[in-house]
Amino acid sequence: MDEIQSLLQGFVVVLTLKNIALMFTGIVLGVIIGVLPGLGGANGVAILLPLTFSMSQAPGGTTSAIILLSCIYWGALFGGAITSILFNIPGEPWSVATTFDGYPLAQKGRAGAALTAAFTSSFVGALVAVIVITFLSPIVAGFALEFGPPEFFAVYLLTFCAFVGMSKEPPFKTLATMMLGFALAAVGTDPVTGTLRLTFGSTHLLTGFDFLIAVIGLFGIGEILLTLEEGLAFKGAQAKMNIKVVLETWKELPKYWLTSIRSSAVGCFMGIVPGGATPASFMSYGVARRFSKDGDKFGTGIVEGVVAPETAAHAAGTAALLPMLTLGVPGSPTAAVLLGGLLIWGLQPGPLLFVEQKDFVWGLIASMYLGNIVGLIVVLTCVPLFAAILRVPFSVIAPIIMVICAIGAYTVHNSIFDVWMMLVFGVMGYVFKKLQYPLAPLVLAIVLGDRAESSFRQAMLVAQGDMSVFFSNALVGSLTGLALFLLFWPLMSMLWSKLRRGI
Amino acid sequence: MTEGSGGKPAFRYRVAETVVAAVFFALGAIVIFDSARLGFGWREDGPQTGYFPFYIGVIICVSALINLMAGLAETKEKNRSFVEVEQLKLVLSVLVPTAVYVGLIGWIGIYVASALFVALFMRWLGKYTWWKVAAVSIGNSLVFFLIFEFWFRIPLPKGPLEALLGLN
Repeated sequence: MDEIQSLLQGFVVVLTLKNIALMFTGIVLGVIIGVLPGLGGANGVAILLPLTFSMSQAPGGTTSAIILLSCIYWGALFGGAITSILFNIPGEPWSVATTFDGYPLAQKGRAGAALTAAFTSSFVGALVAVIVITFLSPIVAGFALEFGPPEFFAVYLLTFCAFVGMSKEPPFKTLATMMLGFALAAVGTDPVTGTLRLTFGSTHLLTGFDFLIAVIGLFGIGEILLTLEEGLAFKGAQAKMNIKVVLETWKELPKYWLTSIRSSAVGCFMGIVPGGATPASFMSYGVARRFSKDGDKFGTGIVEGVVAPETAAHAAGTAALLPMLTLGVPGSPTAAVLLGGLLIWGLQPGPLLFVEQKDFVWGLIASMYLGNIVGLIVVLTCVPLFAAILRVPFSVIAPIIMVICAIGAYTVHNSIFDVWMMLVFGVMGYVFKKLQYPLAPLVLAIVLGDRAESSFRQAMLVAQGDMSVFFSNALVGSLTGLALFLLFWPLMSMLWSKLRRGI
Repeated sequence: MTEGSGGKPAFRYRVAETVVAAVFFALGAIVIFDSARLGFGWREDGPQTGYFPFYIGVIICVSALINLMAGLAETKEKNRSFVEVEQLKLVLSVLVPTAVYVGLIGWIGIYVASALFVALFMRWLGKYTWWKVAAVSIGNSLVFFLIFEFWFRIPLPKGPLEALLGLN
């Protein structure tokens, strides 16, 4: 099997002292980022991305850089569970569903069991997703090598229409933020003709809006402002972790194998189509409650209620990298930031990556296996340490996080104007979150805007402006058709429910 | 009224929805305006520069109008508090100093500004004793200085204090 061969080659790339050290650093940083309010996977990676510029210049440096950043992502995924279970505060949106049963468990004095179950099922979810990536991504990439501009535009269209059709936010709010993202991406130089547009004579806007600034503002500053509303104190349960609790919980876990399989499947699916980890965790929790024989006990503090959302969230978060690597279409905001990193390091995400950058791709995939093992060990052994971070009062932590965000925004282009923009995006994130305007489509649109536009215009050039090019063969036709179906899904389901009420 | 914690609302949802929808509409209008200036039609060599943004602007405006109508149609019971006076005070008490902080960065450098910013927070919201305030705020800036200037060699904005110490 080619994949196994390539994967072994990837392990050879990863298993150097430097890369293992970076892995540990990334995981620890990631867990801290996941635990702190206002710092999460997406903006944590965004803040640290500029620091990898110089790292990526060395030979093999891009692999080291992606290992560091992706491990921060895994760490953040693990870290979210700690705050949910011990403090009833979801550190990340995808761990909201973990609080439903995790916090009651902690109140019953079983925090150790809840944490062990959460970490272990996170690991299982991620492992399943990495295996899926290992064997599915070469196939998808090979398939995508045949893609021309119309096909790529159809994939972009599908991604964005999926947001409209599948998000729980009102469809026109999703559409509005998404289009705002495209408009922000259009600011600056036209990628095809080089004409300036939407700059209104401002020199700051010549290069357009950087998505890193948007991510740091929307997710970082916005999140802190939201947290502030809740007050300034955190109250949490104590976690007693020892080898006995871990082993006892591990003995209990195999009972939930069916829940694990179901949740992994839900997670992988939601991660590959751009649904993301957050809906995956809710969906998986709902499915587990419906099918479990202890369904009515969900919410009172049972281990199965922790296993289901955590497995799905981690599987989705990991699987989101598959479309990012193979098609250049990220499935989540964090994957979008990683994609931005690839572009900055001079790599072209997409199917060619699997041909031209074999070491990079397989190094990354191998590091996913190792990173999650390292992550499991780190979180199981260091939970009390990470929980202690949250006992630092908010009046100390909040300004320090603000400073980190400001430095992160500044280092992107060494410009103070960007720091102001970060603040504007922060207020925007705060208001949008409260009014149910989704942020993920906005970020993805800023990242993909130029590429989507270029592929659209190239397709139009080839077809002489004939829109039917998007239905010209079976492949592009079914992609476009599926996209339109998802786009009009909210409308159809509304009409359907009206019709039924009419009868 | 169904208020979360029973505080006095500063804004209600309908106001917030309306304002945000109006801002969206204005942004969409700006995009349409500039795209129209650049031309949004077809030429022999394909779509003009404004073609793509023009339709983006149109969709923004249409969505904004629909969101505006949805916001105005909110029933009285659903028109709950968007942000309470107390919450707004807390949020502004962070936002305003942060804006001042960003303003100061260009003037006195990021390290001194950060130290002042952290100190203000700890003293004002956290009511810490002065020695704790000084230790954390100065220590924090020192750590960042070491990380960025020495370890990563990424120069951040510096001001008169660094110049005085000859660290520029």
